[in-house]
Amino acid sequence: MSGKHSMNASGGQAAGEPLLSVRDVVQEFVVRQRGTPSRFISGGGGAKAGVVQAVSGVSFDVMPGETLGIVGETGSGKSTLARALLQAPRPKSGQVVFRGTDLTRLRGHKLLQARRHMQFVFQDPFSSLDPKWRARSIVEEPLIAYRTGDRPARRKRVDELLDLVGLDPARYAKRHPRELSGGQAQRVAIARALALSPSLIICDEAVSSLDVLIQAQVLNLFEKLRGEFGLSYLFIAHDLALVKQVSDRVAVMYLGKLCEVGPGDAVYREPLHPYTRALLDSIPSTEPGAKRTAATLKGEPPSPIDPPSGCRFRTRCPRAVEQCALEEPKPRELAPGHLVACHFPLSQPAPAITGAVPAKETVL
Amino acid sequence: MIDALLQVDDLRVTFSVGGREVRAVDGVSFTVDPGRTLAIIGESGSGKTVCCRAIMGLLPTGTAIGGSARLRGAELLGLSDAELRKYRGSDMAMVFQDPARSLNPTMRAGLQITEAIRTHRKVTKREAETQAIELLRLVRIPAAERRFHEYPHQLSGGMRQRVMIAIALACRPKLLIADEATTALDVTTQAQIMELLLELQEQLDMALILISHDLGLAASYADEVLVMYAGKIVEQAPAARLFGSEGAVRMRYTRALLDAIPHLERPAHAELPVVGGRPPDPTALPPGCSFAPRCASAADDCVAKAPALLEHAPGHRWACWHPCENGVAS
Repeated sequence: MSGKHSMNASGGQAAGEPLLSVRDVVQEFVVRQRGTPSRFISGGGGAKAGVVQAVSGVSFDVMPGETLGIVGETGSGKSTLARALLQAPRPKSGQVVFRGTDLTRLRGHKLLQARRHMQFVFQDPFSSLDPKWRARSIVEEPLIAYRTGDRPARRKRVDELLDLVGLDPARYAKRHPRELSGGQAQRVAIARALALSPSLIICDEAVSSLDVLIQAQVLNLFEKLRGEFGLSYLFIAHDLALVKQVSDRVAVMYLGKLCEVGPGDAVYREPLHPYTRALLDSIPSTEPGAKRTAATLKGEPPSPIDPPSGCRFRTRCPRAVEQCALEEPKPRELAPGHLVACHFPLSQPAPAITGAVPAKETVL
Repeated sequence: MIDALLQVDDLRVTFSVGGREVRAVDGVSFTVDPGRTLAIIGESGSGKTVCCRAIMGLLPTGTAIGGSARLRGAELLGLSDAELRKYRGSDMAMVFQDPARSLNPTMRAGLQITEAIRTHRKVTKREAETQAIELLRLVRIPAAERRFHEYPHQLSGGMRQRVMIAIALACRPKLLIADEATTALDVTTQAQIMELLLELQEQLDMALILISHDLGLAASYADEVLVMYAGKIVEQAPAARLFGSEGAVRMRYTRALLDAIPHLERPAHAELPVVGGRPPDPTALPPGCSFAPRCASAADDCVAKAPALLEHAPGHRWACWHPCENGVAS
């Protein structure tokens, strides 16, 4: 399963065992006629039953101390992927090897023990923290759950953790989430994630709802913790500029698949996949000269219930030709650690006949 | 000399929260010329949304509003709801952040547009429908006839925001206020919606106020930028003057906002320049500059007395005792 067909290059990282090794993870959900989530309804109008192919064969590695960024739009499957790593819910197939153990084979107590070193920080602290609990109890809970220390030892640890994330325990330990600002509440969520001294923190849009100045404070906190504890991060966000800033390597996800993985700088300076190019062009720039390269991407992502044949991006790709509809592009390593799943990557000239190959439903 | 489309003078909005006075907007003045784009930038709670809601007459009754806001010379503040209705929709309209919550989930998209048309114009149902479908085409919704009959939940986030824009444009307003209209959208969808707004602006000769927390958005799409902090304007200048390598940002808060934007050029793991702390408690604003408690360059005079917003260079206003030199923080 490993080898050239997976996006698992470690990008010049020191050789060694990866901390997290994900192979061909597939996550699917069956939707019924009624109550179909609206975003999964295809352009045809009206609900239809089917299988949402949320994550379709994703493979990557995260090395110890490394930050891997995953960028993708709403519906790309990046959050589903993150939850599949936690086995909540368990992926339909594939392997999630974390610290040498395949989590997909574990259940019950063994899974809990294996998972304690993998913690999660979610987007909105006000919905991920219990509003009735005080900050101290929120941070203490994982310590109780894993039976760590007695009460005084736990309380001491909680104070240390709050201090570590920049909250004065004397002032904030007794507050409820509603008595905190967004940035402070997110710090409490980070303190909770750190309580069990994890080796990997999965951040799912962890700073996306914060104001830009507070966002910078929290990002610096993540960097400080990385340096102090040698933490690895899986940093998931929709903002490529943000992801690139914190990540050693960046993976770009589109409609359940990774389309490009590479060192952050290479992905930004020499993007290989047309989708990555489009994402880069969509970022508002503060350079007036670089103003508006006209919306580069037309239309909306197709339905993951009925994804396009071949390359999933072909219906919106300016370079797509017939081959893209017939044959699924396999990941190829075009530069050291820089992989792309595209028949006509941007490092090569565009194919002769260009233009998006329409999806099945619009051919009619 | 063109007459300003919207002229706001010394706008003040005061709420009473638990007996304490919150000065949400404190002496804000600006003008918007026909067909131009003004971006109002600030963090949560800076007063940018309250400011525009005051102009639209959308604040709860009992809010103390002072100053003046004139649309083509006609005073808007202090009008009754019935009087305001003459302006809202037909002369000015607003698009909000979350289209899922702004649209009625139990009503077909098309009907929500015809409702807007028929509120302001005496047209038959049939005519309103034709106009609504035209509007859906105007905002580039494919298969407009079919989408007309769909419910909001059947539309994607970007489509819903397009429907909201169609409703706002129903009576061809001269001023459109977009309050964080693209914040909830993906970056590629945001680019599409912004392109659409600018195209429509040209087509309909409409002025645009973009309310956002994103200075990048302002740099890419606005003519004029206004930065708010704790209810006051702290800096205002043409976008071309503020951004780029020759950028002449003066106010240190604007500088901090600009520096905190994630940058593709910045190397990975680089420490971000940050300002500590949080915006001040709006019920207990400091007597001096509101930004002084967080400002690295704050001196005694900043704490003692608030700097006035003055035009220091043509078209460039800022309020700071110790401005940055050549746009660079020293």
